[in-house]
Amino acid sequence: MRMKTGVILLCGAVALLAQQPRQTLGQALGKKQPILIQNATIHTVAKGTFVGSLSIVDGKIAEVGEKVLAPAGAKIINGSGKHVIPGMIDCHTHIAVDAINEGSVSVSSMTGVGDVVNAEQKSIYYALAGGVTTANVLHGSANSIGGLNVVLKMRWGKDATGLVMAEAPPGIKFALGENPKRQGMAQQGSNAVRRYPGTRMGVEDVIRQAFVDARAYRQQWKSYEERKARGENVLPPRRDLKLEPLVEVLEGKRLVHAHSYRADEILMLIRLAEEFGFRIATLQHVLEGYKVAKEIAAHGAGASTFSDWWSYKMEAYDAIPYNAAVLHEKGVLVSINSDDASGAEIMRRMNTEAAKAVKYGGVSDNDALAMVTLNPAKQLGIDKYVGSIEAGKHADLVIYDRDPLSIYSRVEKVFIDGEEYFDRESDATGRSRFEAEKKGLLEKEKIDEKQRAPARRPS
Amino acid sequence: MRVSILILAAAAALWAGENNSFLIRNATVHPVSGPSMKNASVLVIDGKVAEVGEKVQTRAKVKAIDGRGLHVYPGMIDAATLVGISEISSVRETADVGEIGEFNPQLRASIAVNPESEHIPVTRANGVTTVGVLAAGVSGGFGFGEISYIGGQISLMHLNGWTWEEMTITHGAAMQLRLPGIETRRRNPVTGQINPTPFSEARKRQEANLRKVATFFEEARRYQTARQANPGELKPDLRFDAMLPVLEGKQALLIPAASEREIRDAIAFAEQEKVKIILAGVRRPGAALEDLAKKKVPVILGSPFTPAQEEDDAFDATFRTAADLHRAGVKFAFASFGAQFARNLPYQAGHSVAFGLPYEAALRAVTLNAAEIYGVADRMGSIEPGKQADLIVTDGDPLEIRTQVKMMFVKGEAVDLETKHTRLYKKYKARP
Repeated sequence: MRMKTGVILLCGAVALLAQQPRQTLGQALGKKQPILIQNATIHTVAKGTFVGSLSIVDGKIAEVGEKVLAPAGAKIINGSGKHVIPGMIDCHTHIAVDAINEGSVSVSSMTGVGDVVNAEQKSIYYALAGGVTTANVLHGSANSIGGLNVVLKMRWGKDATGLVMAEAPPGIKFALGENPKRQGMAQQGSNAVRRYPGTRMGVEDVIRQAFVDARAYRQQWKSYEERKARGENVLPPRRDLKLEPLVEVLEGKRLVHAHSYRADEILMLIRLAEEFGFRIATLQHVLEGYKVAKEIAAHGAGASTFSDWWSYKMEAYDAIPYNAAVLHEKGVLVSINSDDASGAEIMRRMNTEAAKAVKYGGVSDNDALAMVTLNPAKQLGIDKYVGSIEAGKHADLVIYDRDPLSIYSRVEKVFIDGEEYFDRESDATGRSRFEAEKKGLLEKEKIDEKQRAPARRPS
Repeated sequence: MRVSILILAAAAALWAGENNSFLIRNATVHPVSGPSMKNASVLVIDGKVAEVGEKVQTRAKVKAIDGRGLHVYPGMIDAATLVGISEISSVRETADVGEIGEFNPQLRASIAVNPESEHIPVTRANGVTTVGVLAAGVSGGFGFGEISYIGGQISLMHLNGWTWEEMTITHGAAMQLRLPGIETRRRNPVTGQINPTPFSEARKRQEANLRKVATFFEEARRYQTARQANPGELKPDLRFDAMLPVLEGKQALLIPAASEREIRDAIAFAEQEKVKIILAGVRRPGAALEDLAKKKVPVILGSPFTPAQEEDDAFDATFRTAADLHRAGVKFAFASFGAQFARNLPYQAGHSVAFGLPYEAALRAVTLNAAEIYGVADRMGSIEPGKQADLIVTDGDPLEIRTQVKMMFVKGEAVDLETKHTRLYKKYKARP
C-alpha cells in the first residue's frame, strides 16, 4: 500500500517533468527568443478584432497590428486560420492550495491561502490547457471574513513562489449568506461545532464588529505614530494580525472579494462598506446581482458571476443565466468565474462559459470575451499587465484553432510571459511517454514486491 | 344522417387537429435518421410527422410556419436526469429521488414528477423535449438512494403536460440497479461523514452485499415460477411483480459503472442473471470498451463536464470518452444525471465533437440513440413519418451555445419557451 503511494507520487513527478516546456538556447542564456505570430485573427479585446500579427520580445507584447515586422531572430508561428486571445483570467478559484477554509472562526483574516500553495497540483496544468493563464485563488466561504488571497500565473513547472503574480495587489475573501451562517446552524446528524453567526443578521454584525475593531486599532497606531513624532517615549501597540488586513481594506490597499448570492445581503454589504468608507472590489457569484444592478453600479463594485448555475441551494433558486448580461448592461464591470478547486473542471473551458453571456442576454462576442480576460484583470487590479493584447503587456496568449466562443474550438498553444507553457501536440506526445514510464514503474514495483519480504505496517 | 357523417368525415380529413397540425416550410430539416435537407418541409398532422421532404403535399388545411433561415431537429432526449423530481438539490424536502430501503423495484419515478417544476421549462428552452427521470441518484447531487441496490424504475417523460400522467411515455423505461462495490471510503448517508474502511473488510462487505442482490434475484425468479404454476393462489408481492419484466428480458437494468472493473462486473452480472443491461455514468472504460462493443451493451455516458477521475488523467480525458466509445462501436447517449445542468445537454455533445466525436454521432447521441436504448425509437428520436412530432426549430446548430431555440413542439403541440429565468430577466431588466 505504502509502496503504491510512492509509485503514484513518482508518476506524478514524471508527468510534471514530461509536461515541462523544453528550454531553448536563448532561455538557457537568460534571454527569451522573440516570437512572431503571423496572420491570425487577433482578438485584442481592448482594441478590436482583426487579421494580423503580433510580436513578443522579452516576454512582453512588442507590437500588434495588421502588419508587424519580425524582431531579429524571432521564431515565426503561422497563425493563418487560427484565433489568438489574451490569456484568460479566472477571478474566483480554489486551485493549487492545500487548504481552503479555516472554518473554526468567522473572522480568519490572519490566514492566507498564499501560505499553502501547492505548485504540483494538476489543476494548474488543466487550467493552462484550457487557456487560463492567471487565477485569483481565494479562501473558502465558510467565514464572514475569510483569509487572504493570492493571484497565481499558471507557470506549470515553477515552484510556489514562481507561480505568484507579484504585481497583483493583495485581496481578502468575505462571505455572506448560507455558507457562513451554516456554521452556526444546528444540522441533523452533523457534529460540527455551532458558532456565531447563524443568520444573515449575525453575518452583518460580525463584519461590522470587525471593522469597528479595525478602526480602533488603526487609531491606536495613528496616535502612537503622532506621539512618537512629537518625541514622546511611548510603547507601540500590540500587533494584531487579524486586524491589519482590515486596516488595509479601510485604507483602500486591499481588495475585498465578497462571496454573495441574494440581493438583500449584497445591498447590506454595499451599505456597510460605504459606512466604513471603502469600496468592495468584487462581489463574487453575486447570483441575484441583477436585482440590485443599479446599487452595485453606483457603489462601483465589480461582479464576478457564474455562467448558468442555479438551484443547487436555496439561495441559488433565483439565479438566472442572464445575470452577467443585465449587470453588464446596467454599467457593472462583469467577469465570469469557475469557482474551481483541485478538479479544475470548468477552467478547461472558460471560453465557452463566456459564450453563454452571448446566448443569454445578447452580450456582444467581444464583451463576452472581456468577461474572462480584461474585466477580471481590472477587477484584480492587474489590467496594466494582463487581460488584453496590447503592446507593453505581458505576452500571456492563447491560440485557438477557431473562434474561441464556438463549442468546437480547442486550445492549441498557451504562452505566459512569452514562454510556451502548453502545446497540444507536445501534450499528446508527452502523454504516451508518461504512459510508458508509468507502465515501467508498475512492472518494476511487481518485481520489487516479489523480491522483498512483506512490508510491515506501522501499528 | 348518412350525409352528415360523410360531411363530418370530409371535414376531418380537411381540418386536422388545430393544435397539433402544421406545416413548416423552407427550413433546413435535420431528421437525424438520414441526411439533412435544405429548403425542406415537415408536415405534422394530429401530433405526428406525416411527411418530410423537399416537396411535401399539403393534404389538409393546416397552418403554415415559414422556416426560412431556420433549422428543424428532433427534440433532444436527456437519457438520465433529476429534472422534475429534485428541485433544489441541497434542500431535502424538495427532492423525491432515492427512497429508503435496499430493494425497491416497485417504485416509479414518473408519479413523483412535479409538472410545475421550474426545471422543466428551463431544460426545454435549450431544446430538450424528453427526459429519463431517475428514481435514485446515480452520481453527483445529494446522493439519495446510495444505500439502495434496486432504486426503482427510471421513467421516460415528455417535458410537457398538465399532469405527470400526460407527461409519461413509459413508467418503467429501465430498472435501476446499483451493484455493491468495494467501498473503502463509505459515506454515511445520514450524516454525510466518510468512514475509512480497510480494503479486506470492504471486500468482505461487498461479497456479502452481492449475495444479498443475488438472493433477491433468486427469490424473484422463484416467485416467477410459482406464479406461472399457480397464477390464482400466490399472494401478490409488489416487489417481485415489478421484477417480472426484468426477468423476462423486457426491461433492462440500468447499472452505474464508471470504471473498467465496474463495467466488467456489470456485464458478468448480466450474463449470470440472463438480463438486459444499460450502463450509466461510464467514465473510464479502459479495456472494457471492447467488451461493451462486443456484447452490444448500450451506455448512458457520464457528463464530460465532470472533473477527472484519477490524478494522472489527461486534462481532456472526460472530453474524449464519447469519441472513444464511438470509435469502439458502442451505442451511447448523453445525459445530465442531475437537474441544474440538464439544459447543457447539447453542449456535452458539442464539446465532445471538439475532442474527436464525429458531428453526426454527437447529434444522434442527444436524440435517436436514447430512444433506441429505451426501445421507443418507433415513436421518437428522429423526424420520420409516423413518429411523434417532437421537434425544435432553431436559428442554427443546436450544439453551439450561441444558437437560440425559437420554437418547440411536443407531440405536435407548440410549447411555451418562457422560463422562470426569462421572466426574472424581463422583470429586472425593466427595473427603472
